[in-house]
Amino acid sequence: MTAPSPPEILRAPLVVEFPFTRSLGPVQSAFLTGLREGVVLGVTTADGKVMVPPVEYDPVTAEEIRELVEVGTTGTVTTWAWNGSPRPNQPLATPFAWVLVRLDGADTAILHALDAPGPGAVATGMRVRVRWAAERTGAITDIACFEPADSQDTASAAQAAPHTGEFADAVTGIVAQARLDYSYSPGRAQTAYIAGLSERKTIGERCPSCHKVYVPPRGACPTCGVATTDRVEVGPAGTVTTYCIVNIKARNLDIEVPYVYAHIALDGAGLALHGRIGGIPYDQVRMGLRVEPVWTEGGRYPDHYRPTGEPDADYDVYKELI
Amino acid sequence: MARYAREVAVVAFAQSDHLRRTDELSEVEMVMPVLHQVLAATGLKAGEIGFTCSGSSDYLAGRAFSFTMTLDGVGAWPPISESHVEMDGAWALYEAWVKIQTGEADTALVYSYGKSSPGSVRDVLTRQLDPYYLAPLWPDSVALAALQAQALIDAGETDEARLAAIGARSRAAASANPHAQLSGVVPQGEYQVAPLRTGDCPPIGDGAAAVVLAAGDVARRLCERPAWITGIDHRIEAHSLGLRDLTDSPSTRIAAEHAGVFEGPVDTAELHAAFSSQEVVLRKALGLGEDVSVNPSGGALAANPIMAAGLIRIGEAAARIHRGESDRAVAHATSGPCLQQNLVAVLEGDRA
Ligand SMILES: [Zn+2]
Repeated sequence: MTAPSPPEILRAPLVVEFPFTRSLGPVQSAFLTGLREGVVLGVTTADGKVMVPPVEYDPVTAEEIRELVEVGTTGTVTTWAWNGSPRPNQPLATPFAWVLVRLDGADTAILHALDAPGPGAVATGMRVRVRWAAERTGAITDIACFEPADSQDTASAAQAAPHTGEFADAVTGIVAQARLDYSYSPGRAQTAYIAGLSERKTIGERCPSCHKVYVPPRGACPTCGVATTDRVEVGPAGTVTTYCIVNIKARNLDIEVPYVYAHIALDGAGLALHGRIGGIPYDQVRMGLRVEPVWTEGGRYPDHYRPTGEPDADYDVYKELI
Repeated sequence: MARYAREVAVVAFAQSDHLRRTDELSEVEMVMPVLHQVLAATGLKAGEIGFTCSGSSDYLAGRAFSFTMTLDGVGAWPPISESHVEMDGAWALYEAWVKIQTGEADTALVYSYGKSSPGSVRDVLTRQLDPYYLAPLWPDSVALAALQAQALIDAGETDEARLAAIGARSRAAASANPHAQLSGVVPQGEYQVAPLRTGDCPPIGDGAAAVVLAAGDVARRLCERPAWITGIDHRIEAHSLGLRDLTDSPSTRIAAEHAGVFEGPVDTAELHAAFSSQEVVLRKALGLGEDVSVNPSGGALAANPIMAAGLIRIGEAAARIHRGESDRAVAHATSGPCLQQNLVAVLEGDRA
């Protein structure tokens, strides 16, 4: 059967969230713990350059660097960019300047936000100072942002001073939280498959070259590398090609163990898909068993497959699909 | 000559039309026509290719291992010799070139693609930043490029009017490129992150590209005028922007030296400059004079499918050699914030 008209392409929100837990090396640990304590630390390279924020290896020589120094909380803007429309999660919700700031005593610059009334109030070379976050945890966001410095700050420009980097209760790791929002579309082939399921039909696609029917279809034949555009309905009945017995109950899964999970070659399909077998004791499931889908009210895919009562399929019929 | 063990050339190049959205196409459905096109240009079948390498990033579409799906479009069963880089396809090409240099393959299919439309690419790209000092602040790709642009303006190397002219020249050139997403006259627009305006920034879109590489006599058989890769090199510099001189690109210059760019004149340069300000930096690093045709395809300011835009630069430069419009071209690809990593290739055609 060839479906009459292509269904409208599906789209749905897709959220990817990841809280990566990362450990810190000695230098990053000292730097982030320092921020929690209101102290900005850098490292000194072999040739006497002070790097803030600190790195653990010299970017030129690749030498390990561990010599910590404390630098000032005031500094000079080395370049900037006016962000008129802040995006979610950025340091300030009101328009601000992104800045690279060379803190007093440092030779390199740190990236952060500068709270300023408008782009006219920002310039390369301007003096700024750290505005600390109200609550600090040992993260780069412990610096809430920078703000323009007054003349008193300017007069007290700090020199780099040696620091042990030792603090009580050092921060040794961070959790890097991130959430990205997508609008996912599965494309033409998978849209047809999902739309078919809503009518309790299983739609595959036939390769025009090798004539194999792929289900679920992904739009291409991996053997021939050509588009599979010829839509065909397969099943509903099929044959168990292989199976396993599940003895451990998955969390939040309302199925009594043991149960059988099987590969099922639907009639007319060129490869097997998988599903649970029900309606038969687990130890009576076998290769060649003929099964059909069981749909539950409102279900968007078959809940499980049960025996049709037909005689078992001959091995030669399904051996290529195992 | 004889910089390398084997002569390797780009013998074919194909790319998709680059579009703002391609909802009707899964990734393999987007990539497959481009693969068919590039193979058809050589007469090779997928099974005759010695090595296949792809470049992409799962973060763009938000799907884990999405590149494995696109292998269906190659015809990866029975198993083929294959690899993938989570980078722009220009680096996949580098891996394929190494594979041919080692003698393990005589031909290679290289492809890459990016589907940016499902997500917010400015936010997505923040996840490639250092997770300790940068990513928690969510500085987006336009913001980082704007810092570089301001540094150039402060150094007196450009100004907003000259940056606007780069965007305008690129989109005018793209009028002759049927695959481009933006071409002709495009308004310079509002500030995105000042000093960069809309016209200084690349379009966001979906697209794919593919090239076929071949060695020596195979290349001569497959292509009337192969684009020989007479030099290729890539270099990286510190990730942290505050450690770098943002007005310069030493990694591009070193890669160019090792690729032999400065050993002769070039007539064409395809530069992966997604922002107008980056072209200023790259022209300086590569020592390009006014006589060099820079981004005659329109460049990334006309179409910037992320993870494919760098490979497209190599493909466009090669295609000009195939057509006899260039004798010695330089192609450049970049990755990371503010031109952190740079790949430079020299492509040459046989002289008549
Ligand atoms: Zn097939």
